[in-house]
Amino acid sequence: MEKRVLFRSRWLPWVLLAPQVSVIAVFFFWPAGQAMLQSFQLQDAFGLSTQWVGFDNFRDLFTDSAYLNSFKITALFSAMVAALGIGLSLMLAVFADRIIRGALFYKTFLIVPYAVAPAVAGVLWLFMFSPTLGVVAYALRSLGVDWNSLLNTGDAVALIVMAAVWKQISYNFLFFMAGLQSIPKSLIEAAAIDGAHPWRRFWSIQFPLLSPTTFFLLVINMVYAFFDTFAIIDATTRGGPGQDTMILVYKVYNDGFKNGDLGGSAAQSVVLMAIVIALTVVQFRYVEKKVQY
Amino acid sequence: MVERSPWLTVLAHVVMVLGLLVVAFPLYLAFVASSHTAQEIIQAPMPLLPGGHLWETYKTALVGGGDGAGSTAPVARMMWVSLVTALVITFGKIAISLLSAFAIVYFRFPFKNFFFWAIFVTLMLPVEVRIMPTYKVVSDLGMLNTYAGLTIPLIASATATFLFRQFFLTVPDELVEAARMDGAGPMRFFKDILLPLSKTSIAALFVIQFIYGWNQYLWPLLATTSEDMYPVVIGIKRMIAGGDSANQWNVVMATAILAMVPPAIVVILMQKWFVKGLVDTEK
Repeated sequence: MEKRVLFRSRWLPWVLLAPQVSVIAVFFFWPAGQAMLQSFQLQDAFGLSTQWVGFDNFRDLFTDSAYLNSFKITALFSAMVAALGIGLSLMLAVFADRIIRGALFYKTFLIVPYAVAPAVAGVLWLFMFSPTLGVVAYALRSLGVDWNSLLNTGDAVALIVMAAVWKQISYNFLFFMAGLQSIPKSLIEAAAIDGAHPWRRFWSIQFPLLSPTTFFLLVINMVYAFFDTFAIIDATTRGGPGQDTMILVYKVYNDGFKNGDLGGSAAQSVVLMAIVIALTVVQFRYVEKKVQY
Repeated sequence: MVERSPWLTVLAHVVMVLGLLVVAFPLYLAFVASSHTAQEIIQAPMPLLPGGHLWETYKTALVGGGDGAGSTAPVARMMWVSLVTALVITFGKIAISLLSAFAIVYFRFPFKNFFFWAIFVTLMLPVEVRIMPTYKVVSDLGMLNTYAGLTIPLIASATATFLFRQFFLTVPDELVEAARMDGAGPMRFFKDILLPLSKTSIAALFVIQFIYGWNQYLWPLLATTSEDMYPVVIGIKRMIAGGDSANQWNVVMATAILAMVPPAIVVILMQKWFVKGLVDTEK
């Protein structure tokens, strides 16, 4: 699509583009290129010598059980975050949609976690579930559950999932609310006249009509779980116990900055980039489809 | 509603209240913890009602100098760093996106599509996937521990550029013709016509980007090493260093509250724009 009427200038458009283009050149494309290059190199920790190693870094990566394990953890983590986050917020949105009085009050409260930084959300949940002084951990112990997120893998995973879902609920909720409100009331009324109960109406009308929104949120929640939960992990488990909550993004950071494995970290970055590209493509395919409706 | 069914309405309220409790409990607990002394909190179970040390705790947090095991830097300074960072990122993103969208929509020049796609591709290069080399670039440029280092690498925005481009494409051509007939140049048109028309999109983006900027974590974690350049989100993490009892949890929780208040106020006060911004930017 293009404008019929344009301005004419040889230099002005370049000046207008210059700020954005220089930022992306220096801080996006140059480093991304470096990451690609490094992923084929072997460098000692002080950066004194560099050696070209081809695909060795990638081969090492995919034969490294710690990395494969990190893949598994990331997949499990993001599946749980997406499923729980989407399920709970759909439920909240469906009930909020029924409410006439006080809807704004509930909505205002429910969007607050969106404003909370992931790191702060992590600290809040760590505080509640800390084995020695957490209120919820204390309550669990008095119920006979031996909660210890520092030692038990299951507890650590549960902790980061809860914090991540809590943080993401607002976002999903708003999208489901918008989706529900765009469903014509006459459809629901017609079904009600035909004798369909609310439960039936939800499954045969509302839920199918929400499926594009649900799919969109699925992709967004995956991206969120993959990339934006770094701060939650760093504030709560730091990848522990052992390496049991070391999701891919955290491992890139850990291997690169803490262990000085530049080549390996760069190769991991390249793998992550491939994942982002795949998710972005899926997302845009969906948007195109939605436009055709 | 379609039918009157009191029990369903009651159920709906029950579910909403349960949802609110889950959402609000961590926040309430943080508030309660910030109103007690550190000793009162480490006794399990900690009190569940507010105590009487609210002012002291917040004062200790804001001016710093507590005796916890982790960092005890003043939070007032961190709030300032966060505020400056968030505002620079927000206005920077909006400004450079407005300009590039204007160039792409209203001019014809070589490689136009190439630049458009170059901006688009940055969507696929989040900080997380290029951390090491970006860190190196910023340190080579001597930008560590500066506001420039904290903000400029995050200032490019594909989504904002798209949003403005989409919007400009809907602006009627007649406006440009009229402006030209009155003898206005491109920048005059941009300033007097396009900017006022874009107010809604700018407001919506402001909310989203302010929260994005304020809540940044990974990037400031790399780009700052000196205490007086920590944003509050990093500062709070540095406070929890030792074992559970070595931390001043009341001060940590006061800091958590302080760190949440500005973005929460922005979201609540600008709810309408916020929702519009979300729905527009993510499409």
